[in-house]
Amino acid sequence: MRMSNKTADRIATAVFYFFAFLIIAVLASLIGFILYRGLGQISWHFLTSPPETFKTGGGIGPQLFNSLFLLVLTMIITVPLGIGAGIYMAEYSRPGRFTDFIRLVVEVLSSFPSIVVGLFGLLVFVQYFDLKFSLLAGALALTVFNLPLMVRITEQGIRGVPREQKEAGLALGLTRWHTITKVLLPVSLPTILTGTILAAGRVFGEAAALLFTAGMSSPRLDFTDWNPLSPVSPLNPLRPAETLAVHIWKINSEGVAPDAAQIAAGASAVLILTVLLFNLGSRWLGRFLYRKLTASR
Amino acid sequence: MVFFVASKGLATFFTNGVSVSEFLTGIKWSPDGEPPSFGALPFITGSFATSILAACIAAPLSFCAAVFMTELMPKFGKRFMQPVIELLAGIPSVVYGFVGLSVVVPFLRSIFPGQGLGIAAGAIVLSIMILPTITSIATDSLSNLPRGLKEGSYALGATRWQTISRSILPAVLPSMLTGVVLGIARAFGEALAVQMVIGNSPHIPRSLFESASTLTSVITLSMGNTVKDTVQNNVLWSLALVLLVMTFVFVGIVRLLERRARR
Repeated sequence: MRMSNKTADRIATAVFYFFAFLIIAVLASLIGFILYRGLGQISWHFLTSPPETFKTGGGIGPQLFNSLFLLVLTMIITVPLGIGAGIYMAEYSRPGRFTDFIRLVVEVLSSFPSIVVGLFGLLVFVQYFDLKFSLLAGALALTVFNLPLMVRITEQGIRGVPREQKEAGLALGLTRWHTITKVLLPVSLPTILTGTILAAGRVFGEAAALLFTAGMSSPRLDFTDWNPLSPVSPLNPLRPAETLAVHIWKINSEGVAPDAAQIAAGASAVLILTVLLFNLGSRWLGRFLYRKLTASR
Repeated sequence: MVFFVASKGLATFFTNGVSVSEFLTGIKWSPDGEPPSFGALPFITGSFATSILAACIAAPLSFCAAVFMTELMPKFGKRFMQPVIELLAGIPSVVYGFVGLSVVVPFLRSIFPGQGLGIAAGAIVLSIMILPTITSIATDSLSNLPRGLKEGSYALGATRWQTISRSILPAVLPSMLTGVVLGIARAFGEALAVQMVIGNSPHIPRSLFESASTLTSVITLSMGNTVKDTVQNNVLWSLALVLLVMTFVFVGIVRLLERRARR
């Protein structure tokens, strides 16, 4: 007997519902699992104290600091470059071979496996420029990794500005540069900012590209020493630094501390919470800025 | 970048005299052995097996999710599911690896013989990782379909399932494929999450639940332990070169598919 069309439709709908809820369930339990396992570990002590190699009770203080500091360094390099290139791509470049070529390069660059980017960083920044395993080398590698994203975000943001607004600026006798800085950038700012924060979240969790550039060890830091040239100062960009994501990987694969699993759980929870915060923050900020700058509700 | 990696990667063949065919097809990997042999086939198969398997798991699931979000419950999908899926795309890969190690691996160990580490575990972790990528592309293409297509089908008296399977699915298939290829590319290049759950033994595994290796996992593990400019180190660069070439192939396929879809 052949199934009637109506029955087939009902079965298919049920299947779709089932899979959709399955996915939601998997995702929810994933996040729930990490938070459930990890939140109990998080305490002020855990967030601020240095890790222990053989004993229990180690924290993730230096790693957390390294991650944040590396993020700042990367963003200082990436944001101006990315926005500049994005403006060029959206406003100055003419369609043609050269622009197509740039576009292809950006696309390929953005799909490079991050470990290859890390190896490139090892070769060029660490060995060739002799930066050793350092925060700066890590930040440069992350720049390679992050730049295509920033370029694309900026370009999309600027292209999203209505034509009339740009033409109104030019019609008022503004120069091209003035139009860009006074009309295009403010209007596209929410988009660019949202994208940047999301990119920052990616940088924060990146590990593979950092293994061989920022290094896997963290020297004893002296948080009272704020001279950026001293080797024990946390602000020195030329010291090796292990970030939070690298730390999770390391204690999972070669950790010897008896409470490695708990520390990994706690660190994962911190990582997820931070990414979550970036995500929600970018949404909120984007909406807020959009309202503020465009007088719409 | 290509130049740097390529010059390092080709050094294995030119200066160290390892033959290309031996590298690509050899199945024995013992860089420290006497004489050392560098067969990378186990890693290449490992990489392909995990990423394609992951795509096979993730593709149907994400198609269902995308249809669900656009056709069945658009409001719920837009409000709730889309942000969640975007959020998932932002979760760092080490976290996936950690979850894989503490949930997926023990689970597999309790059901199937072996340690639980292996291609199956890697594929499951990767499929969750690439799910957001494929889903968001599928959702985009579904919501960009011309309205007339769907409405025409409904007007002919087709049920929802008939509409989805006969007119929507064929129309979005090219962009679905693009998403799948992008997902495979991402899975192929993913290093740490896979390295944590795959077990890292340099053999071609006989079953899905046996310990194996991928290109990325070998590089991650060995790069720190080898000395610069030795054969052992150069051969790792060759592996990176293979990865790089594969990336180009994937980008090429995506471009081809996009051009096809436009026509």
